[in-house]
This record gives sequence, C-alpha cells and structure tokens, in this order.
Amino acid sequence: MLFKQNRALPGFGLTLGITLLYLSLIVLIPLSGVLIQTASLSWEQFWETISDSRVVASYQLSFGASFVAAGINVIFGLLIAWVLVRYSFPGKRVIDGLIDLPFALPTAVAGIVLTTLYSPNGWIGSFFDSFGIKVAFTPLGIIIALTFIGLPFVVRTVQPVLEDLDKEMEEAASILGASRWQTFRFVILPPLYPALLTGFSLAFARALGEYGSIVFISGNMPMKTEITPLLIMTKLEQFDYAGATAIALVMLTISFLLLFLINGIQWFSQRHQRSARK
Amino acid sequence: MSIEVKNVSKKFGTFQALHNVNLKINSGELIALLGPSGSGKTTLLRIIAGLESPDSGQIYFDDRDVTFYPVQARGVGFVFQHYALFRHMTVFDNISFGLRVRPRNKRPSPTEIKERVQELLQLVQLEGLAGRYPSQLSGGQRQRVSLARALAVQPQVLLLDEPFGALDTKVRRELRRWLRRLHDELQITTIFVTHDQEEALELANRIVIMNHGQIEQEGTPEEVYDHPANPFVFDFLGSVNIFRGRVSHGKATLGAIEIHAPEYADRKDSPAVAYVRPHEWVIDRNKTDDTSMEVVIRYAHPVGPTIRLEVERLDEEEILEVELTKERFHELDLSVSQRIFIKPRNIRVFPI
Repeated sequence: MLFKQNRALPGFGLTLGITLLYLSLIVLIPLSGVLIQTASLSWEQFWETISDSRVVASYQLSFGASFVAAGINVIFGLLIAWVLVRYSFPGKRVIDGLIDLPFALPTAVAGIVLTTLYSPNGWIGSFFDSFGIKVAFTPLGIIIALTFIGLPFVVRTVQPVLEDLDKEMEEAASILGASRWQTFRFVILPPLYPALLTGFSLAFARALGEYGSIVFISGNMPMKTEITPLLIMTKLEQFDYAGATAIALVMLTISFLLLFLINGIQWFSQRHQRSARK
Repeated sequence: MSIEVKNVSKKFGTFQALHNVNLKINSGELIALLGPSGSGKTTLLRIIAGLESPDSGQIYFDDRDVTFYPVQARGVGFVFQHYALFRHMTVFDNISFGLRVRPRNKRPSPTEIKERVQELLQLVQLEGLAGRYPSQLSGGQRQRVSLARALAVQPQVLLLDEPFGALDTKVRRELRRWLRRLHDELQITTIFVTHDQEEALELANRIVIMNHGQIEQEGTPEEVYDHPANPFVFDFLGSVNIFRGRVSHGKATLGAIEIHAPEYADRKDSPAVAYVRPHEWVIDRNKTDDTSMEVVIRYAHPVGPTIRLEVERLDEEEILEVELTKERFHELDLSVSQRIFIKPRNIRVFPI
C-alpha cells in the first residue's frame, strides 16, 4: 500500500486521522459554509457582487496595503532580529518582550491609539500634517496599522535562524577579503531567505484578515479607504449574507493562491537549503 | 613571509589569554602551536590572522607592522576546525568566493576563476565534486574544500586552527601526511594549532608549546621531546611516570631509590619531581642494582607491537606505567601478578 511503511515510531494512521478531523472541524467545515452560502446566488448575481467597482477597489487596497506592510515588516523585522541576536545592551529583554505586544493587544485598542496619534491633530499626525502629509484616514494609515500588527511575525521567525548561524562563516568570509556588505549579502542573508519568506507570508496573511484596527484609522471612505473585510461586515449588517460570503470567497481564493505560491517558493528554497545543510 | 609576534598580551574580561608572548617565525616554516585548551594557542593564531586584536604588542609580517591591519587586508588563509564552509554554496562557489568578492578591477575573469578552482580541486584531490554542497561531503573532504578555499586567494601565510580536530584517526593521519606534502610543494609559511602532541611532533618543523598564555618552550620536535625545558613540557609531550621526592647535594631521593642529579649539586634538601617515560624502563626478573624497584604486574595490555604494563610499587602503593616490546615481554616470560624489577634508563629531575 502507498502509505504503508514501517517506522520506528508507530501511530501514523492515528495522528493523520486526528489531524484531518481537527482541520475539518476548525478550518474546512467553516470555510465550506462560505461556499454553500454563496451558492444561493446565481452566477450573474455572484459576478455582479464581486465585480462591483467599490468591491474591486477594496481588493486592491486590502491586498496592496497588506503586501506593502508585510514588505516593511520584512526589512525592519530583520533589523530588529539582528539587533536582538547580535548585540547585548541594557533593556534588551524589555525590547524583546515588546515585540510580542501587537499579538496581545486587542486590535481595536491598537486602532484607536494609532488613529489618535496619527490624526492631523495627534502627536505624530500633526508633525506629518505640517508637511502636508495626511496619515490617518488614508491608505498610509492602513499600512501603518497593518505594519503594527504584523511586526512579531518576521522577528520571531528570523530570530532563531539568526541565532543558529555559524559566526565562523562570517569570519571566513572576511578573511577571504569580503567587505561587511558582501559578507552580509552573500553569507548571512541567503540562509535567512526561508525564514524571511515565512515571516512575510504570515504577516501578509494576518494583515489580509485584519479588521479591528483598520476600521478606526482608515475612515472607511468608499473607493478610497475601504478594506474588503469591512465591506463584508457592511453586507452582513444589511443582512446580505450571500453577498458577504461571495466577497469572502473571492478573498479566500486569492489568499489561498498567494499563500500557496509563497509556500511553493518556500518549499523550493528549503529543498535547496536542506541539501546544503551540514 | 616571516612573522614576528612582539610582546603580545590579550585579556578576555579577567582571563589573561596571552601574557607578553614573543615569537619569530621564518618564511616557509611549518609551525605547530601546541598546548592544552585554554593555553592561548588559538587566541594567538586569531591575533595573527586579525580576527582578534591584541591589548598590547605588535604583529609584523616581514617588516610591516600589521597590528592594525583589518582582517581583509592581511592576506592570510585561515582554516577552521569546523570547516566554516558556506552551506548554501556549492564547492565551486565556496572555493571561488575569495576571488569573486574582489573589487571589479582586481577580479579575475569567470574563465580564470574556473581554471583556478579546477587547479585547486586537483591540488586537494576533489576533482569532480565542484557541484556538490558541503552537506554532501565527508568531514575530510569538507576540510580539504576549506583548505582549497583558503589557498584560492594565494595567501602569504596559512593559519590552521585545529584543522583535523573533528576528524577520525585514520582520516586525520591521511590529511596530516597530505598537508605535509602540500607544504613542501607550496613552501608557504604555515602555523597550525593543535592539542595533539603526536600531530605536532609528526608534522611541524618547529613546535611552540604554550601554557597559561605563555610560551613554555620552542624548538624542533626532537629538541622538545628529548630535552623538555620544564616539568610542564615533559608532562605534556607523551605519557610519563611522576615521582615526588627531594634533591640534596646532587642526589635525588625518590621513595626507595636514589639517583644522581649532579646538576643540582648546590641544592640542599629541596622538593623535586622526577619524570620517567613508560618506554624508558629497564626490566629484569632479578634485582640488578640500588636503583631497581620491585614491582608487581597488575595489568598487561597489548597495544599493537608494544605491551603496556601497569605495575604497582611494593614500597609505596603507587601505579606506574611501563612499556616494552612484545619480544622482550615474551623473552622475559612475564605474566600478570608476577614480581619484577624495573629501573629508569632515563630520568629527569626538576626541583620545584
């Protein structure tokens, strides 16, 4: 049989069975609910709902802002992980603890705080306002909120890999004449790619689903600062359940495809890495 | 290139890793830095490489003071105990790394790089493995890749930090012999760190024995082995039997035996230690003279062509190590729990 293998640790059948049951209960059945609810629409109605210009604008905003926020988190998350791993300084543990705070904070609180700070008369917002830059109630504000909530992902995925890196590799590179930048670019960064990619996809996925903090900072202007999860909520409040699930279905499909793609890249680079591991 | 280490000291926190070390290495020498762990040998090597900077003192390459040269500018090759290969790069990319990171105007062309890597692969006998990743190689092969990588930039000095420490005995011997040949061929000034005295004795032109951040003795393998300057060197090079006793008026009293120690004629009753190597005993079935000790054989272990005896002194409950050839063992018809007489053929006394 295809799956029949003798292993040192038995229990493949049992664990796979529990895994499938669990995933079905937690993930698959709720998600198929989305599909079933949407099925009450005809194809025309479905297409009309999901291709409405206001909805399309929200896709663009949601995916675009999430992508940018995840990108920002990759750069600064790497930097923070680097500082936390490589240097010791007073207050390091406090900073290390701060990283996880966006996980714990209710997102609505984060949204209200960020809105207060970045609104044109807030502490930071007034500073930007003097340059004519509006932060709150614009896509920029959304990006800031999404960056905030996605911060821990990259830091926490990169940190352990960075800790494991062999310092002698860096010494070897510099003895061979590599500048600091070359050492970073060719010796340190490549082993971090898989972790960076994982961090990116986690932050991206988290940002896509974010609702609580965005509704405060975005201002929710149709066509401008309206994110897809908000549109779904609006439809629900109008008892348009099928419309809500239709949009959700589109979002789900695109997210799944994107995450699948990222996982694919991940798998490819991991296979490459595994063969290179000592 | 010759190397000179002048008055180098280095502290890590409160630990004095090196204490005023002076060392001259001639161009083309193959030097072993030998010592127990924590003796400062690796620190000294890393300071020469530029991976650490000394707290005080200077390093000269020929007549240039390179103490403050950054590591990139020293032109040394370095081989790490655990290879430090770039795991995500193939053997080819590893070896060519030093050439590829050169500034554009000094960088060889891709064809030149390819030729150079081929040459080096041939030198380290790894032709055909250019496309492999380090994880696909054995320990010995990895260390040879790491050597090829170090040689690719044509260093003036080759530094090896316990290069064979992580390998098994057989591979170690093979690589040792091979490094010796490589050095004969390239005539590049080479320093290697080791805690394995056999490796140092077999490989080096000159051995520098270190302990507690200082140099205890330096000399050719014969010099340091046959004429250890002090008890530490004696103890560290090969196994020894240690006796405690006293010297007085040119005589050393060690338990039941008394031997002449004319070099300490002016000492009056001061404590001393004496060293006898296991193979430097004369063994007999009968007492021959006053310096003979009666012992009883406790264990006899055959180790290759020799027999290692553990014997117990009858006058003091002390275990001694004695080594003799298999032939001699059979000639004397020895067996366990038999009583025999041993006397030192060669004994060194150091007052303490």
